[in-house]
Amino acid sequence: MTATQEPTRGEIGRDRRRKEDQRLITGRTRWTDNITLPGMLHLAMVRSPFPHARITSIDTEAAKAAPNVVAVFTGADLGEGQGACINAWPVVPDQVTPAHLPMPTDRVAFAGETVAVVVARSAAEARDAAELVEVDYDELPAALDLKESADNKVLAHPDLGTNVSAVWRFDSAEAGTGGDVEQAIAEARENGIVIEREYRQQRLIPAFMEPRSTVVDPTGEQITVWSATQVPHILRFAIAATTGVPESKIRVIAPDVGGGFGGKLQQTPEEMITFAVARKLGKPVKFTETRSESLLTAHHGRDQWQRLTLAATKDGHVTGLKVDLLADLGAYVAIVGGGVPVLGAFMFNAIYKFPAYQFQTTNVLTNKTWTDAYRGAGRPEATFAIERLMDELAHELGKDPLKVREMNWIKHEEFPFTTVAGLEYDSGNYEAATARAKEMFGYDALRAEQAERRARGDRVQLGIGVSTFTEMCGLAPSRVLGSLNYGAGGWEHAEVRMLATGKVEVVTGASAHGQGHETAFSQIVADRLGVPFEDVEVLHGDTQISHKGLDTYGSRSLVVGGEALVRAVDKVIEKARPVAAHLLEASADDLEFADGRFTVRGTDSGVAITEVATAVFAAHNLPDGVEASIDSEATYDPVNFNYPHGTHLCAVEIDTETGQVRMRKYACCDDIGNVINPLIVSGQVHGGLVQGIAQALWEEAVYDDNGTLVTGSFVDYLLPTAADTISFELDHTTSPATTNSLGTKGVGEAGTIASTPAVVNAVVDALRPYGVHDVAMPCTPERVWRAINSGGPGGETTQAAAPHFDESEGAAQ
Amino acid sequence: MTRISLTVDGQNVVDDVEPRMLLVQYLREKLGKTGTVIGCDTSNCGACTVHLDGRSVKSCNVLAVQADGAEVTTIEGLAGADGTLHPVQEAFRECHGLQCGFCTPGMIMQTVDLLAENPSPSEEAIRLGLEGNLCRCTGYHNIVRAVQHAAGTAEGASA
Repeated sequence: MTATQEPTRGEIGRDRRRKEDQRLITGRTRWTDNITLPGMLHLAMVRSPFPHARITSIDTEAAKAAPNVVAVFTGADLGEGQGACINAWPVVPDQVTPAHLPMPTDRVAFAGETVAVVVARSAAEARDAAELVEVDYDELPAALDLKESADNKVLAHPDLGTNVSAVWRFDSAEAGTGGDVEQAIAEARENGIVIEREYRQQRLIPAFMEPRSTVVDPTGEQITVWSATQVPHILRFAIAATTGVPESKIRVIAPDVGGGFGGKLQQTPEEMITFAVARKLGKPVKFTETRSESLLTAHHGRDQWQRLTLAATKDGHVTGLKVDLLADLGAYVAIVGGGVPVLGAFMFNAIYKFPAYQFQTTNVLTNKTWTDAYRGAGRPEATFAIERLMDELAHELGKDPLKVREMNWIKHEEFPFTTVAGLEYDSGNYEAATARAKEMFGYDALRAEQAERRARGDRVQLGIGVSTFTEMCGLAPSRVLGSLNYGAGGWEHAEVRMLATGKVEVVTGASAHGQGHETAFSQIVADRLGVPFEDVEVLHGDTQISHKGLDTYGSRSLVVGGEALVRAVDKVIEKARPVAAHLLEASADDLEFADGRFTVRGTDSGVAITEVATAVFAAHNLPDGVEASIDSEATYDPVNFNYPHGTHLCAVEIDTETGQVRMRKYACCDDIGNVINPLIVSGQVHGGLVQGIAQALWEEAVYDDNGTLVTGSFVDYLLPTAADTISFELDHTTSPATTNSLGTKGVGEAGTIASTPAVVNAVVDALRPYGVHDVAMPCTPERVWRAINSGGPGGETTQAAAPHFDESEGAAQ
Repeated sequence: MTRISLTVDGQNVVDDVEPRMLLVQYLREKLGKTGTVIGCDTSNCGACTVHLDGRSVKSCNVLAVQADGAEVTTIEGLAGADGTLHPVQEAFRECHGLQCGFCTPGMIMQTVDLLAENPSPSEEAIRLGLEGNLCRCTGYHNIVRAVQHAAGTAEGASA
């Protein structure tokens, strides 16, 4: 299936500079927090400092008396009008799902949960008055540690009787997709190799740059909600479904949105509280969180313990994989919530031909911030586990890690390939991508340097890390989602409007927040419709304009939304054809459409589709019975996921005296099918790489023994800076997807999925001579140093956490 | 309230402000200069970077009263009066040095200052010079390219 993408004279494949950029580089942006409306009031949240406590009383009198305070509401004051935060994916029929009120009335379940909201004429006055709200709590024991919580030692929600929200399992023998994993492991114990490991996926924070903000204007006939969200359509549905306000009376707008990475794929308590306050007061209100509030309460990601057993023959052919996860959901089951580990279920087997496979996740409630999708959502966890295991297998065998992978991966001639997890991979060429990555990286030369440094006992040791990956992109075929008990479908909608002046409006149900849809979608439409790139206007993120959509996440916008767009464009052309035939006084069967023009075959006679649009607008001269519109819409439900893949190679230098890890080189070759805009693709890969590298080396959300998030600011939660990172070497091979017209595959999450294990494998590779076979993430200098000096994985960062505030003051931040 | 008088993007402005009001709050709330944004509350992210008398500052780290009598330039005042983009703005677009664009105003203002101080910076000098500005989208790769492009020390974006 591999082919070099043909050079194109059109828009697709061209490195167009982005349409979005003009407003973003000149400050003419419309972030939600920029919106000011007449008489607008501002909110400040009063948040619990305790992870688990009964609310015994809330005294709001002093706050109400503060200057320019308009109102103070508790959960009881808002009552049922506040709605509820929904879980869209109960992964098992008997899932234990705590009720989630935006503002609880009697008990808080994590530190940071809102217990009262202050409304004032300015944000500063609201925040001042929030300090005056007196809340009395009876502290309850808190379920904090994931493993202890799984054993129900302390209950996060005592009324539920258990912390285990769900146990979800896939077994290839039961599903009929493969053999019995226990048998494979037993055989390997007798006469093969068994690798048993336990890995930690630390808790992470998406940390999008724009803090979340919501403005609600209840004046006028519809209630308008502006929100910094990835999911305006899903948010509208959730507000309507839980407040009783008719969906048709709610308009949700996601204006310019400053990043998301899954972190804005949520229906948040703050959005619901802002909506409720606006309705109650009848005035426009705004809530913008501080960064500290964002880190504390916007959903976190990852947080798993992974128990893994890999069985292989003595010569290194894999025979079985058993995965047993503990996943920390935090205090509530978020909108995707327990579905995140389940998304990983299909990906642990990755690009390898495992004959037997079993996956089980135990989803656990704790008294910490809720977790949900973060870039990759389930797939980075899976890729990390399998790629670490493949390195361990290679070490056991004394073979090159790439050779062991090659022994076990799906060969390019074997596509389409049905995996042991039941997915059908449509296309790929792991050999080609790996060969290209090795070439870019200078693999053999770096291995030689590594050997040389080892031989002379250099203080700075070189580590070479390998990661291959595939992922399932383009969420998702609705039937598959239905079979997994997900609450919605996975289609996408698009509309193409042909304006009288020759311009084209494109409406998409995808909702960009940095991805460059306006540019990439314009390229697709310009090519297919034969109109200038500049004449295409892409509209999105407003439920009154884009009335139908399922928004942006899971690398779906191009592969699902783009296909909907292609189909809508094709409908426009077909609707225009009889009109063009009429205008040209020819038979529709004799018309050809190319480069934006209908021409009568074998003649010079023709008409541009934009001229047809003008003629249809005037409607003076249409064929009998033809509707006076060539505008079209399409809803596309994908028939399959698509499966980008790649090979990533990373070299790190480790100062063995200080434990400092320095990135030396990173090269990757990703196969994402056909590329619409190579510039945008490179940006997606670069950004993804750094987020994945950051998990390996720097980031961790740390709670102390009191259940306080001690990484509650950018001082402590270590986002990488320009000075921490390096420039990358990228290339692509091209195995077009076979399940969409453009042959595209998702790219938004690829870099993040592959880079984490590449970096950790590099760190461990450097330290093998010291007897080190694992370093826990993030691989901080302290952990690396301790690993070198003890041979272990380097201990917990939690113990290094210092308390952030004086307990006697009793207030976080 | 304290009376302040300053020049912002070439416009003389006079206002009574609370002594505690931050310069970034003044720009956004009083002047509607919402091109300058707030990304954190610990002066780590640099999204609010503006120029105060020609040097870059994090405007969340300056009180409005400290800007009394000063000349402030924000992202909105960087392009020419006729709309001609500043070379650094142009470079960020050319090199795809932005995605969501939230950090971009601060990143551009810091870059302008960096290049004023060192017109031909090495990659390392660029990376150190932008250390106070966080970006979550680009992985910094194309931001570095953009700075090199603006400095005339690189070809531009690598796709």
